[in-house]
Amino acid sequence: MTVTEATAPADALLSVQDLRVSFPSKGWRAPRTEVLKGVSFDVRPGETLGLVGESGSGKTTIGRAVLGLVPVRSGTITFAGERIDQASSAHRRRLGRDLQVVFQDPYTSLNPSRTIGDTLAEPLLGHGASVREARGRVGDLLARVHLPADAAARLPHEFSGGQRQRVAIARALALRPRLVICDEPVSALDLTTQRTVLDLLLEIQEETDVAYLFVTHDLSVVRFVSHRVAVIRHGQIVETGDARIVTTEPQHAYTRALMLSAPVADVTEQRRRRQAAQRLAEQTVQPAADDG
Amino acid sequence: MSENLPADTPTAARALVPAAFGTSTARRGGVVRRLLRNPLGALSAAVLLLIVVAVVLAPLLAPQDPGASSLRDAFAGPSGAHPMGMDSAGRDILSRILHGGRNTLGGALIALGIALALGVPSGLYAGYYGGRFDSAATWAVNLVMSLPAMVVLLASRAILGPNVWVLMIVLGVLAAPSFFRLVRGIVAGVRKELYVDAAKVSGLSDTRIVARHILIVVRGPVIIQVALVAGIAIGLQAGLEFLGVGSGSAPTWGAMLNEAFQNIQRAPLPMLWPGLALGLTNGALVLLAGALRDGLEDRTGHAAKPHRARDRAAAVPSAAADSPAGQRAGLLSVRGLTVAYAQPDGSDKEVVHGVDIDVRAGEIVGLVGESGSGKTQTAFSVLGILPEGGRVSGGSITIKGQEVVGLPERAHRALRGGTVAYVPQEPMSNLDPSFTIGSQLMEPMRHALGISRKEAARRAVDLLRLVEIPDPERVVGLYPHEISGGMAQRVLIAGAMSGDPELLIADEPTTALDVRVQAEILELLRRLQKDRGLGVLLVTHNLGVVADLCDRVAVMNSGRIVETGTTEQVLHAPQDPYTRTLLDAVLDEAPARAPWEPREARSTTA
Amino acid sequence: MLNFIARRIAAGALLLVVISFLSYLLLSIPDVDVGRQLLGQSADQAAVDAKNASLGLDRPVLEQYTDWLMHAVRGDLGTSWFTSEDVGDAVAGRLPVTASLMLGVTLVTTAVSFLLGVWAAVRRGAVDRFVQILGVVGYALPGFLVTLVIVLVFAVNLNWFPAIGYTAFTESPAGWLSTVTLPVLSLSVASVAGVSQQVRGAVIDVLRQDYVRTLRARGLPASRIVLRHVLRNASAPALSVLGMQFVGLLGGAVLVEQIFGLPGIGSMTVTYTARGDIPVIMALVMLTVAGVVLINLLVDIMIGWLNPKARVA
Repeated sequence: MTVTEATAPADALLSVQDLRVSFPSKGWRAPRTEVLKGVSFDVRPGETLGLVGESGSGKTTIGRAVLGLVPVRSGTITFAGERIDQASSAHRRRLGRDLQVVFQDPYTSLNPSRTIGDTLAEPLLGHGASVREARGRVGDLLARVHLPADAAARLPHEFSGGQRQRVAIARALALRPRLVICDEPVSALDLTTQRTVLDLLLEIQEETDVAYLFVTHDLSVVRFVSHRVAVIRHGQIVETGDARIVTTEPQHAYTRALMLSAPVADVTEQRRRRQAAQRLAEQTVQPAADDG
Repeated sequence: MSENLPADTPTAARALVPAAFGTSTARRGGVVRRLLRNPLGALSAAVLLLIVVAVVLAPLLAPQDPGASSLRDAFAGPSGAHPMGMDSAGRDILSRILHGGRNTLGGALIALGIALALGVPSGLYAGYYGGRFDSAATWAVNLVMSLPAMVVLLASRAILGPNVWVLMIVLGVLAAPSFFRLVRGIVAGVRKELYVDAAKVSGLSDTRIVARHILIVVRGPVIIQVALVAGIAIGLQAGLEFLGVGSGSAPTWGAMLNEAFQNIQRAPLPMLWPGLALGLTNGALVLLAGALRDGLEDRTGHAAKPHRARDRAAAVPSAAADSPAGQRAGLLSVRGLTVAYAQPDGSDKEVVHGVDIDVRAGEIVGLVGESGSGKTQTAFSVLGILPEGGRVSGGSITIKGQEVVGLPERAHRALRGGTVAYVPQEPMSNLDPSFTIGSQLMEPMRHALGISRKEAARRAVDLLRLVEIPDPERVVGLYPHEISGGMAQRVLIAGAMSGDPELLIADEPTTALDVRVQAEILELLRRLQKDRGLGVLLVTHNLGVVADLCDRVAVMNSGRIVETGTTEQVLHAPQDPYTRTLLDAVLDEAPARAPWEPREARSTTA
Repeated sequence: MLNFIARRIAAGALLLVVISFLSYLLLSIPDVDVGRQLLGQSADQAAVDAKNASLGLDRPVLEQYTDWLMHAVRGDLGTSWFTSEDVGDAVAGRLPVTASLMLGVTLVTTAVSFLLGVWAAVRRGAVDRFVQILGVVGYALPGFLVTLVIVLVFAVNLNWFPAIGYTAFTESPAGWLSTVTLPVLSLSVASVAGVSQQVRGAVIDVLRQDYVRTLRARGLPASRIVLRHVLRNASAPALSVLGMQFVGLLGGAVLVEQIFGLPGIGSMTVTYTARGDIPVIMALVMLTVAGVVLINLLVDIMIGWLNPKARVA
């Protein structure tokens, strides 16, 4: 059930076609390192597409390419009907209204010397709001992510990781975007905090119909938040489909290996999975030190 | 030393400006206030202010014209009319000091202004945009920095003539690289910060980003650097004057020192005053820089005042006697363990409040908790490798019946090399980058077992084979940066096995790894444990790992064990509310999200 | 590694050529009639022109430079305008003085800084405070002021060492030692202050590394970890500071040689720059830059030897 759409469906909000990104390699005249080798997918309004993969698979680069933080080598990125892969900096600034981001690390994604209020007002002021409007909206945003109103006057170091991540989410929501790139937004959080932040993201999506491109390495997280899942490996999508199908009846051997490798908190179920993984490993003989 | 200016300012600044600067900057405002609250800072600021005011007001304050000489009074000692005495030409030293300061400080000011004007904007640009300008500027800066300032200044005199003011402009150019490098380094670092990416995504223009996020970070270090470069410029200016590179007629501190030095055998006192003026000014500048740095530094970033283990009486293992907590296990038994960290104010902060845990031979016990629960502190206590400032403040830990709380370091070390072994979390950072895999495996073996080099090498290869590393003969010759994370973790496990341990303390051994590698490492641990009958204390936050590997589990929260039991008991029938919260947050059982529907369809069906 | 060294030497040679060109250009800017200066106001114009022509000053600057470079490459640095001495010989005669200073300071700095820095980082407490105070003092006080104080105390008051003069090593090793001790001491104060701070910081950084904890967990004694692992990993940053200090030392040598009346490169610089003797100034600039290039190369090689990761770069 590997879905490879050749053309973007008419209802797509974000459509990425044959995206290629490469970085210059170390050393003089060394060939460029290909990070993304032709990636295609699309995201519809109000939809969550989960991008799941191991470290070095290129999943984070996809998000950064959509945001314009890394240069696109070839391929197209279309957002709301407009090509954005080679957008000018003025166009990028305008895109900030509709396209936002929540990063993994809640400790470095907030400027430690600016108050929460400053951080939240920044995108508003950058897009022409008056200081007064911005201040009012900051209060709404804090309430939206269930933080107390007095948080505005405080500095990031006074908050826990989960609270900071809420601030980062509030910042992303400030301009009422249509798509938020979530780059491992809960990976740095404790289990219990992780759950509450995910619940918040879902709640906001229900309410505002924002779409998420959700990048993560954690299959249980991706399954919980995504309508659809794309599995990425070595810069290529190996499998795409509805979350339930990809995470319960994966077609591709790699996806299956990935699924069975993640241990679950159930002793009998985990024993079963372990045995299944061993059987799978015996069937598909892989080089031992693959990308470990 | 002042002559060292252009080359070593960045390093000296690095010594004075901690690395933490790039990321943790000032909290809002109050820097000046904190500076003034620091006695050394307030004092140096006051001294500096006094000197500057005195020098600026020299024409009003000086008792007489600095050039007025009366040879009769040459070398006269201090007197009421001439508090600092007279120099070799019978001129009033105080007047000359005051007027001389105008030349000395003025020259330094010119150099500083030029250095700032050249160095800061170029550093900002190069750091923020990188690219060709950055490469070109960095090359030019390295070129300038390979020139000794004093030699260039002297050579410049051949071109520009003996005008010290003009030479100060050259000095400004020579000092600019120190600002360039400082600013460029900080900006290039901040530029990579996620909050700058976030600002970009928010649609902020580059100027706005620089103004809001970059300048604020650069400001503090630049101010500190200004103080340091000012001191150096003053020193170099004085040095040039001391060498006689100057017009000669105008009084300056350097020229005064030179003149006094010529007559040192006749009257040493005239050397004191200009020397004191220079020393005080520069000392105040450097101390001010230090105080500014302390004022800007994040308070939390500062480590507690260190103390060594023997500074305090080690905890007495007492809890063992009055602990009713059941039979103590033979391999590892912890009772009433408390761990405390020394605070900057001298008090202790307890982070582990009385932990009981047992590991029997051949058993894997999971120690589960979230960050800050104290699980790693507990593991480190068993190993006796708590970080600086931390110590076991109470309770008892026995390994094979031997009490290790209060055990002398030497005896504890012997246990670590043999009976107890450790597998860390981050595979890469736990290997010394400068030594080959083989040498890192061999060293502890040769130390602990006293075996020959050849024997150790043979055993190292065997160990790598034991942890299923292909081609071990080749891998022993590799450096850590040449192997993958998964292989590095296998190497660390091999290292842990080298002393043929009975107890393995594994601190989140798979957290930094991808799931498939994690599964392999878990499999390896399982096999080693089974083959060798190891007892394992497995510290983890991952309940899946617990279900996969552990026989029993202890759940830890805020420094206390809240629940202990077999893995089945704890995972399937948790008793403690915290354990239940933890299990509820696990997403394994949560249903997958339903397929997407257009909003209209949703609103009708919902 | 050989490739790396070859590249660095090529880069150093390029740097020398660029700096020599810039220096020559800059030194030629002032419109000074050298012939007139040499022969005095009373000399007639024809003699002055002849003098200028014999020095090659009637030719375009670029041609003069190329000529100079061609000779310099072959080791011929020309003759001094004012003393007619062979520049190469003059420099060679003074080099041993400065070289012995530099060598002495480098040895003292390395030994003392590593000792103090490691001790301060490992033991903390009083030694640590001393190293930090030394860092501030060494940084704050202008080098020549420190030198003056040292002269005042050890030469004038205590009379332990001569305040002035130089004895060649070949003449009398003991005499040589007594004449270089105070200059080396004077120059070392600042270097030790800077480098020991850096060693201290680097050692503290390395002590916090995860692998140090893991080595402890393997049962290795702390002393062995510090001597073998910490020192090696902390050496690279400390060495690069030592290299940078060297640039400053060359400048410091100017003042110190002047104060102690040592017939070295530094005092030569003061004398000849005052006269505007371009062939000599060029030689001195080239010599200092070559010294810096050489030291940086040595430092890079040592860092590469210590740190396998740097070897590939």
